Amino acid sequence: MLGLDKRDTLLLIIVSVLAILGPFILNPFPSNSALAQFNAGYPDLMQRFVIFGILAIGFNILFGLTGYLSFGHAAFLGVGSYSAVWMFKLLSMNILPAIILAVVVAAVFSVVIGYISLRRSGIYFSILTLAFAQMSYNLAYSVLTPITNGETGLQVYTDDPQYLMGPNSSTVTNLFGLEMRTTHSLDLGGWEFHFNVGYYFCVVMLLLTFYLSVRIFRSPFGLMLKAIKTNQTRLNYTGINTRPYALTAFVISGAYAGLAGGLLAAMDPLAGPERMQWTASGEVVIMTILGGAGTLIGPVLGAGAIKYLENIFSKINENVLQDWFSFLPHDVQEVVVWIFARFTGEGWHLTLGLMFMLVIIFLPGGLVEGSQRIMRLVGIGKAKGKSSGQGEDDEHHPKATPHVAE
Amino acid sequence: MDSILLQILNGLDKGSAYALIALGLTLIFGTLGVVNFAHGAIFMIGAFTAVTFSKLLSLSFITLDPEKKNFLGQPLEIKTAYVVDWFGPTVGNGLIDWAVPLSILFSIPIMLFVGYAMERGLIKHFYHRPHADQILVTFGLAIVLQEIIKSFFGANPIPTPAPEMFRGSIDLGVLVGFAENAIIYPYWRLIYFLFSALVIGGVFAFLQFTTFGMVVRAGMADRETVGLLGINIDRRFTIMFGIAAAVAGLAGVMYAPINSPNYHMGMDFLVLSFVVVVVGGMGSLAGAVAAGFLLGILESFASMNEIKSILPGIDQIIIYLIAIIILLTRPRGLMGRKGVMEE
Repeated sequence: MLGLDKRDTLLLIIVSVLAILGPFILNPFPSNSALAQFNAGYPDLMQRFVIFGILAIGFNILFGLTGYLSFGHAAFLGVGSYSAVWMFKLLSMNILPAIILAVVVAAVFSVVIGYISLRRSGIYFSILTLAFAQMSYNLAYSVLTPITNGETGLQVYTDDPQYLMGPNSSTVTNLFGLEMRTTHSLDLGGWEFHFNVGYYFCVVMLLLTFYLSVRIFRSPFGLMLKAIKTNQTRLNYTGINTRPYALTAFVISGAYAGLAGGLLAAMDPLAGPERMQWTASGEVVIMTILGGAGTLIGPVLGAGAIKYLENIFSKINENVLQDWFSFLPHDVQEVVVWIFARFTGEGWHLTLGLMFMLVIIFLPGGLVEGSQRIMRLVGIGKAKGKSSGQGEDDEHHPKATPHVAE
Repeated sequence: MDSILLQILNGLDKGSAYALIALGLTLIFGTLGVVNFAHGAIFMIGAFTAVTFSKLLSLSFITLDPEKKNFLGQPLEIKTAYVVDWFGPTVGNGLIDWAVPLSILFSIPIMLFVGYAMERGLIKHFYHRPHADQILVTFGLAIVLQEIIKSFFGANPIPTPAPEMFRGSIDLGVLVGFAENAIIYPYWRLIYFLFSALVIGGVFAFLQFTTFGMVVRAGMADRETVGLLGINIDRRFTIMFGIAAAVAGLAGVMYAPINSPNYHMGMDFLVLSFVVVVVGGMGSLAGAVAAGFLLGILESFASMNEIKSILPGIDQIIIYLIAIIILLTRPRGLMGRKGVMEE
């Protein structure tokens, strides 16, 4: 279907079903039960799942296929957000021109950065992209304040020109009148489900970008990118200039990040420089690796897992913990709560860092490899793993490059 | 002329910090071939050993003074530090005042141990993994270390003053024949520069003039051959990792009075130090030191008002800009060796 083979079609269908049924899947607990805090079916959180999924899919096209580790991807996200908010300020609150401009500007930006950064590879490439992202961040904070509104962040004011704004136009972000914030709530017994227009718009975008990424992975172009990752030198010796291919991958990946940035602004018309900081770039890297770099579904899973855990862990503060462990004797409770409080609430980043380290050390292929291992252990995935997992196994167990000092 | 000299001096303290961190990074890279993203976290831990030590010294007990009343009419509480109680007011208060310099002694063994534990516990397992994995795992470690510090010391910067006698400024201009007040420079920054020069000199002397250093240098040039000669080169490289951690830690300890330590100071310095290492040339110790000072001084020149009025915002990006230009024109950096990181 759609030029995909059977297995990829199945994958696309799984992703679509998961995304469309998101409001149900993410809300497994009745809204007044004690477990309701593990629900994640709020419109803005669900939007974030999807948007960061798009970002991670884009990052994966670069890192998963070519092996170039960019530490500056957040710059494209930030540029996308800024250009989208400028469209809101200049034209109207319609998100279509905003998103188109976000993608275009981010793509142009990544052509420039990619053209320069891709002259070097390995750690040098990572540092060059990091340098560019930090430059953008510092400039957005200081000199470019007229464009970026500095620390306050760029937002839409009532005295902005908004040339296309008709007398009856909506003042919130919309797609030809369809407001993004519109939410239909469905009350079913104890459960409450939210269906948000913005979320479904993001889902459509996610499915489009996911489909595109599957096509890229399976195309001759994708094969070329994998060859760059495996052995770039040999490719050069065969007389192939790899740089145009890597640059194309970089630009596609940058455009994906721009789209994600534009969508972020479309859901909430605000853009700040902290979106471009290098810790934000690090987060994308973490998402992709956690899910499984070089696999199709991995980045989406990784982005979902991180955003979900972030939301849940940050919510568990000391009071909640006191509540949970109230069955323990008082002194023991104090100690247990103290220990757990290091990892939850404000300590969420500690958990994230530990989780990330464990994945890198024990499971370099991320969640996808983990589930494959479990399947193999149970014995189900044996036949399946043979027929399908072959092509991807090399990506999960990259051959060790020789030690430099040896 | 005097303003040029002033900017050079201003660049020295940041440059010293860059140089010390970059030196440690290069030592690790040159010996073990590992790209250590957690080196900034080590610098931060160093600064926090100074914080911890000065807090330990000023631990105090409370006594009530029945003679005097506070404004609520209750007996006045008097805090007495244990060290003051034990050694008398002169020595005790002196110790508290000199907490930062004294914590150097306290931090060296700690930092050596931190480095040793990191290498044996984690990095050892990553020698045969791709560079991307090394970057990622040390990046994760950096997050973990900084969050641990945050959960114990909080997110706010903790002021850690220098000893009383070094808090003022020195009028350097008068010494070299300029007008008065032309070049005012804080004592502690001068000390920081001298200290880092001492540490850098010490590391170079250690590598150049001791047998241990000779073996390490031989190992950096050809690890396999040195191993075949029956020398346990791995153990020496582990010790070098400890020394690199101690260098970064000392840089952090002495930096505490200049900038109150907070949990993300390491990350801020790390990004810049990597740029410094790349500009200096991967694997070149002298290059790392030279580039550290050079970039520190250039940064301080770029923040002059005269230059900012021509090129607004240049002070924010100068270091990155130079790194990009260097990488594109001299791919190996200023003093890079051939064959390092060129896969």
